[in-house]
Amino acid sequence: MAGVSDSASTLMGMHTEPLTGRDIKTKFTLRNEGGFAYHFARDVDFNRRAEIDCADLEPSEINRKIRDLMDSGHGSIVLRNPGAKHSLIVGILNRMNFIVDGSLGYFGCGLLDGPSVRIAGRVGWSFGENMMAGVCVIEKNAGSTFGAALRGGDLVCKGSVGSRTGIDQKGGTIIVGGDTGAFSGFMMQRGRIVVCGNAGKNLGDSMYDGTIYIGGEIQDLGVDAVPAELTDLDRAWLTRKLTMYELLPGKGVDHFTKIVAGKQLWSYDNLEPTEKKLVL
Amino acid sequence: MCGIAGLIYRDGARNIGGEMTAMLQALKHRGPDSTGFAVYGEPGPSEYILRFKVAEQEDLGRGTRVRRAIAERRTAVDGLLKELGVVVLGADEPTEYATRYRISYDGDMKDLADQMEEIEGTEILSIGSALELVKDLGDAADVSGAYGLGRFRGTHGIGHTRMATESDVDIRSAHPYWAYPYNDIAVVHNGQITNYWLMRRQLERSGQRFVSNCDSELLAVYTAVNLEKGMTLEDSLRKSIHEIDGVFTYLITTRNELGMAKDTMAAKPMVLYEADDMVALASEEVAIRAIIPHEIDTTDPYDEEIRVWQA
Repeated sequence: MAGVSDSASTLMGMHTEPLTGRDIKTKFTLRNEGGFAYHFARDVDFNRRAEIDCADLEPSEINRKIRDLMDSGHGSIVLRNPGAKHSLIVGILNRMNFIVDGSLGYFGCGLLDGPSVRIAGRVGWSFGENMMAGVCVIEKNAGSTFGAALRGGDLVCKGSVGSRTGIDQKGGTIIVGGDTGAFSGFMMQRGRIVVCGNAGKNLGDSMYDGTIYIGGEIQDLGVDAVPAELTDLDRAWLTRKLTMYELLPGKGVDHFTKIVAGKQLWSYDNLEPTEKKLVL
Repeated sequence: MCGIAGLIYRDGARNIGGEMTAMLQALKHRGPDSTGFAVYGEPGPSEYILRFKVAEQEDLGRGTRVRRAIAERRTAVDGLLKELGVVVLGADEPTEYATRYRISYDGDMKDLADQMEEIEGTEILSIGSALELVKDLGDAADVSGAYGLGRFRGTHGIGHTRMATESDVDIRSAHPYWAYPYNDIAVVHNGQITNYWLMRRQLERSGQRFVSNCDSELLAVYTAVNLEKGMTLEDSLRKSIHEIDGVFTYLITTRNELGMAKDTMAAKPMVLYEADDMVALASEEVAIRAIIPHEIDTTDPYDEEIRVWQA
């Protein structure tokens, strides 16, 4: 894996120190390639594809079937007739491909670390909560608290989302093709939120850090959220990300407004390095 | 937590009872304590539907004395209705303690309601020319089955599955609430109203009556007072967002309208599906999918959003 010290993200201030540490099971470093896979991760074949018809199954049965298919080496799973059921595709700590041929209910795709999920319909409240890595792309709308406490990965909703998008976000990227509701980016600590449409009231309220980009109107800013200059690096990053998910506006990205933390309420920059490890 | 749902057809009557039952059954996990329906049929000429109860379900466990009291209360109600000149055109007793009368009456409806509720243990659930308000302990299938709502035809309705938090598990505290004493107005609510006592005291001082300690009843009384003053439903909903504190999403129905209001924090969920011929909304999309199994486009209303649809 390439070093991070000279990457564009480091120049943009996303990484102020090498990300090293320990999770519950595994020690890891950025340069330790094996460290990003859990020791219990299944060895799946992405060319092995299976389908689950969710019509007559309870959410717990569907999630159990997903794990059974992963155990047998399936790397691509399609959910048919999901019927907006709650808590599907949760806690997947594996490289996987999921295709949802419909809509999910509340708490879909929570606690993910690694999979790629494509959803043809919409999703309910708290989608992608606490996701650590992976990509989720939703073709229609999403409910409130979209990407709450997101830690990593890309969470993309091509429609509009509800309120409190990215509340308590700790990393990763949230991209919204339409509008977002009130209190988006509330208390966010790291990461990025990109909204191509309008934002509701109290945008970025009490944010500690992180960056919000809004393509449309902002109803009003929350406490300690302040506009910042859109740099060439921002433009390059926005163009790359929005192109990747086919959301790049025809007029480009120059019209986006960048919002950052004013750091009057709280500033990580005042912390000692050892304290940073505790809070970030 | 509680679950709420609403449904309105713009092109005539459908099986509203059956569809509301399916929607509320899908929301059972949001509140298993009680279930309630307010459904609107086609009003008969100069007729009213009077629904009342003379005991709580839990009272039945107290033996034969309660059953004797129930019989005495029914007799007292019948005597009062006769005395006031109310003509009972049809009667139905879906449970031991609940009654549905189809009546004809030209007098003052508030006077009728006040006098009926003076009879011990008697509470009017609703009076209306189109409204049928049914609520009881149990899930949607149980309540709908007991009260025969499965094939009820109408244009619109709202419903509620209740997880009791701030008041008792009984019919008195179950939703929907009828906007006493006004015909055909009912409310369901998901949330908590934090200035409930302050507003209740104000309304009580102006002569309004409350039968429960459930904060949701405030919305029914508050709306009824606003409509009585000549306000439109839309204006009342808009005013409520700024006068009522707390986190709430509520639905309200009149004879031909369904309204929705969401608080300033957008803290309580609502999913909305709008089509040319109908509108369905519920705390969770899974309830809408109970009646529309194919893929649909739904949205979440935003903070301070109010909507009113006509039947």
